[in-house]
Amino acid sequence: MSVLSTQHLSIGYRRKGTANVIQHDLNLKLESGKLVGLIGPNGSGKTTLLRTIAGLLKPIDGNILIDDKEFLLLSQREKALNVSFVLTEKVDIPNADVFDMVSFGRFPYNNWRGNLSKQDRTKVFQALQMVRMEKMMHRYINELSDGERQRVMIAKALAQDTPIILLDEPTAHLDVPNRVGIMLLLHKLAHKTGKMILLSTHELDLALQAADLIWLMSKNGGIECGVPEDLVFSGSFNRTFASDYYFFNEANGNFSLNYPLTGKVSVSGNKMRIYWTLRALARAGYEAVENAPLKIEVTDSAWILNQKEIFSVAEMLDELNNLNGNTSL
Amino acid sequence: MYSRNHLLFFAFSLLFIFLFLADLAWGSVAIPAKEIYSVLLGKQSSSIYTEIIVNFRLPKAITAILAGASLSVAGLMMQTLFRNPLADPYILGVSSGASLGTALVVMASGFLPFSFVGNGWALIISAIVGAALVLLIVLFVSFRVNDIVSLLIVGIMFGTIAAALVSIIQNFSNPDAIKLFLMWTFGSLSAVTWNYLQILLPVVLVGIGIAFFLQKRLDGLLLGENYARGLGIHISQTRSLIILATGLLAGGITAFTGPIAFVGVAVPHIARGIFQTSSHKILLPACMLVGAALLMICDIITQIPDYTLPVNTISALFGAPVIIWIILRRK
Repeated sequence: MSVLSTQHLSIGYRRKGTANVIQHDLNLKLESGKLVGLIGPNGSGKTTLLRTIAGLLKPIDGNILIDDKEFLLLSQREKALNVSFVLTEKVDIPNADVFDMVSFGRFPYNNWRGNLSKQDRTKVFQALQMVRMEKMMHRYINELSDGERQRVMIAKALAQDTPIILLDEPTAHLDVPNRVGIMLLLHKLAHKTGKMILLSTHELDLALQAADLIWLMSKNGGIECGVPEDLVFSGSFNRTFASDYYFFNEANGNFSLNYPLTGKVSVSGNKMRIYWTLRALARAGYEAVENAPLKIEVTDSAWILNQKEIFSVAEMLDELNNLNGNTSL
Repeated sequence: MYSRNHLLFFAFSLLFIFLFLADLAWGSVAIPAKEIYSVLLGKQSSSIYTEIIVNFRLPKAITAILAGASLSVAGLMMQTLFRNPLADPYILGVSSGASLGTALVVMASGFLPFSFVGNGWALIISAIVGAALVLLIVLFVSFRVNDIVSLLIVGIMFGTIAAALVSIIQNFSNPDAIKLFLMWTFGSLSAVTWNYLQILLPVVLVGIGIAFFLQKRLDGLLLGENYARGLGIHISQTRSLIILATGLLAGGITAFTGPIAFVGVAVPHIARGIFQTSSHKILLPACMLVGAALLMICDIITQIPDYTLPVNTISALFGAPVIIWIILRRK
């Protein structure tokens, strides 16, 4: 079981001799068999950190260790045997099919001509099976959907057979089923293959569900590491994403908008329907409190407001505005 | 796919042999096939046919093969390195450097106390020096700038500077010198004699050898530099070797034949289209075969009765439509 760790790592970009440090003194630890979600606002350095660990960017200061080996001192090939990655850049190779693409993962292992051995072919096929693309292995890359393409890139990283896989926003540009699918796949892979998988994402609720650990990056504020739920309870998300316009809703793991709430209303009844009723009320500027003069009873099929039974949210909001003497919605 | 490619290679080899013989047979003097056969096998050694074939048509055909193969392989490497389908062997300014060297010798010799003109070696050496100089500058720049697009722009800018200098020189030259220089820019396969081939051949072999040595790394570069690095490919070393090989191939050929346009940009696309692959293991030999065949066809066409057309015009007639086709297909 291997471990990746960083010691006093400073990351950023060098330009004309001066270093633009984005994060400094990072002491992180990544362990086998864990899916880690890297989360943070834009500009907090998620991509910079991934590129640094991938060996594409030199750190400003500090060390990266894989077990006890200094990663930065390894040769290009040895790095390729330890870390594989999936970037945000789209790869388009004319005439290359899925199998060709995944075969690139075997580059650090095969000979100078790039011929695939029997073992290489087996590894490529296994990687394709893991992402469930084995039936499409003769399809051309540029005929694939974005979701399938992302699976192929993940398979390429799997075929590279490294203990560490890094992914930069693997769910960007994907629709919801594909986002969930990719997250579940990565979760399963980390647990089944014992790899360390580190991915950056903006899908907060998805990451909170799928990741074993969260690395929460804030601008210039270092990285908080922890099990997702612990970070929720400690209020870290609200601190990191502090804003006047929205807040991290601990009830559902999502961001909620901060509406100016002028009216007050008290709500009771069916639980599932209350959730959506409250969202509609918040948008209309009503705060739910106990014992307000205006009362709404939510039944299984309707809303009871001022002893009137109402059957849609739209009518309910109209009625509420009328009662409140506010006709303009 | 495996057997299909073998079949294609076999077919192209037959075409290659056929074109080679046709190139020997075709020309202002009609030579019967039987005579070519006996000359090639060394059965007959005294006729006028022997003189034409051995000392004129054979080196010309070999030059066509070398030039077609070299420019196509160089073009393939440039398209892969810059990930740009319109890149060609001259994109780094090699031909402009060679032009500048040639222009200096041909036209500036009017001001010089000694005369170079008429001395083939001076022309070739100046072209080689010009091409090598531009190449060294580009290679030096490639160590300093890290991204490939900047390198592309730098190459094009050097080309522009060289072209401007050539124009200035032309402005001060006499018409005879300008004509001689223009003849060089038209490109000519027949100027290469056996003596020159002794130099050109090893240069080309080294360039193509480097290209074959790099075949796996070239495949990796198709993924982009970041992914290639992630697969363990040493990028700056690979880039230097590609520039070196391109310089040897394009620079060497240009020095001896003058710039031959469009072969380098068109052939890699034709090879990709026919062989339906992006793997350099197949594309490198495919480009050599297709490039050699294409340039031999060009050479045969230029030998229309009574006139000899510059090979550059014929290769442009072939190449330009291919570029238009690429643009239309990318839509």
